[in-house]
Amino acid sequence: MAPRIRAVTPGDESASFDGAPGGQAAASVRGLTRRFGGRVVLDTLDLDIGRGEFVAMIGRSGSGKSTLLRALAGLDRDVTGSLEVPGTVAVAFQEPRLVPWQRVLANVALGLRVPEPGRAAADALDEVGLTERATAWPLTLSGGEAQRASLARALVRSPSLLLLDEPFSALDALTRISMHRLVLTLWERHRPAVLLVTHDVDEALALADRVLVLRDGRIAHSSTISVPRPRDRDHPSLTALRLRLLTELGVPAEATA
Amino acid sequence: MSAQPQSRQGTRESPAWSGAEAGSPTALGTAALIPVAGAPVTSPAGYQAHGATSAGRYRSPGRAFHGNWLRLVSLIAFIGLWQLLSSTGVLPPSKLVSPATIARTAYNLVVTSSPTYGTLQGSLLISAERWAIGLSLGVAIAVLLAVVTGLSRIAEATLDPIVQALRSIPLLGVLPLFIVWFGIGELPKDLIVLLGALFPMYVNTFAGIRGVDPKLRELGQVLGLSRRELVTRIVLPGALPMAFSGLRLSVVSSLLALVVGEQINANAGLGFMITTAQQFLENNIIMVCLIVYAILGLLADAAVRVLERKALAWRHEFVQ
Repeated sequence: MAPRIRAVTPGDESASFDGAPGGQAAASVRGLTRRFGGRVVLDTLDLDIGRGEFVAMIGRSGSGKSTLLRALAGLDRDVTGSLEVPGTVAVAFQEPRLVPWQRVLANVALGLRVPEPGRAAADALDEVGLTERATAWPLTLSGGEAQRASLARALVRSPSLLLLDEPFSALDALTRISMHRLVLTLWERHRPAVLLVTHDVDEALALADRVLVLRDGRIAHSSTISVPRPRDRDHPSLTALRLRLLTELGVPAEATA
Repeated sequence: MSAQPQSRQGTRESPAWSGAEAGSPTALGTAALIPVAGAPVTSPAGYQAHGATSAGRYRSPGRAFHGNWLRLVSLIAFIGLWQLLSSTGVLPPSKLVSPATIARTAYNLVVTSSPTYGTLQGSLLISAERWAIGLSLGVAIAVLLAVVTGLSRIAEATLDPIVQALRSIPLLGVLPLFIVWFGIGELPKDLIVLLGALFPMYVNTFAGIRGVDPKLRELGQVLGLSRRELVTRIVLPGALPMAFSGLRLSVVSSLLALVVGEQINANAGLGFMITTAQQFLENNIIMVCLIVYAILGLLADAAVRVLERKALAWRHEFVQ
């Protein structure tokens, strides 16, 4: 049985990594296992996320996507194996999880340890185009606005690893497209490593450098996408990969014809 | 169409891919192995617009306006009918005095100090003082207890059974015991009001603290909040709506405790006026005191609601 290892905290920059500093991973997972009762949800999973790399992880419900993300976020202490995240981790959840009794600006600044948290939060809100809603109560925001506030709250922490847990799945199609563009813009500007958990193959194809398919608690498939962004949905490489991914997910082309 | 992204390749500064195949921009890893052959593309699940969800059940402001007038008219009509029944002798004054008599009695009690009763405002002041002391101390102790037991499992296991056991004792039943212990002064009256306020406030505040969305606690963990920040920014504000429900219940139950508590062995206050009036069969004075109690209760409830609106603005602006 492997020892339990927590996520390495930001202070522990010295966390052991072999190789040159440039090769240091944003996250390194080895033999990660998580059981719920007798059920194995993550099964000796290995994963490396490079610095600044945009990784999308798709999988069916119950494939362990969220469990892996929660483990990386340090929210699950009952995993075994090794899990190293040498830097700041920020999370944007599926529901934006804004604190209803804090105004939008205060939500973004919540727990922020910088000299001028209010100013940093205001800048982050500006980046996501939400300046005019800074003093609004979260319950008055639309779904898209709330997710943008949640993104601002994650980014203002200058994470080296940004975890996105299906953050766009509850948004309408048009809002989702503009959120995709926003995420790409922010990622290109700040260059955090991103792990995007999603159900949506097209979302993964539009955004990620690398797409992983999680199945039975292991990474069943991994593809690198080098089509430059913004990507044409009908690019032949993407079309081919879409079919491959759907097959990996158990929805082969014949079944969808 | 399909050639477009490739032509963009040259003009666009290629980002520093950390993927393995950065050297071959058009390569797509394993995807190239799959035959394309015009297979239909599945529409991704979840791409439905949510715009159609209707929530439109707005009450027109005009109807609400008429409703308020109707309420007022109805109340005035009720008092008018009561007065009519009294004036025509259907309601004998020995049972129920008329609204006019009540008003006159109240006026006389305010402007002249009777040797038996003193003034109405004097009695009111004494009762209000008992209530204020009992209610504020009861609420303060309840909040303290609830914060301690709400935040600590050990404190909960230690203190909660005691509070629950005490809560199951009928409040007004302990009054004789209090008089045995503390005599007939102010202390037993303050104490009974305190206990009346304590339990609803405690139960609701505790439930409020425990009921704070665990997802928000998790968020606090992700944001690296200290325990202190978690309590002051997330847990306590989150418990506030329930605490206000508790406060409104406490106002009611402590008023009940006051009414009963100050009717036993009292020598001043509204309760004293009621028991004295009962001996002289002056039910007009009893009615005046009951109405004053009712007004006290309404005022306190209104005050709590104003406070609640201010403290829970984040909710009310949403609900409208």
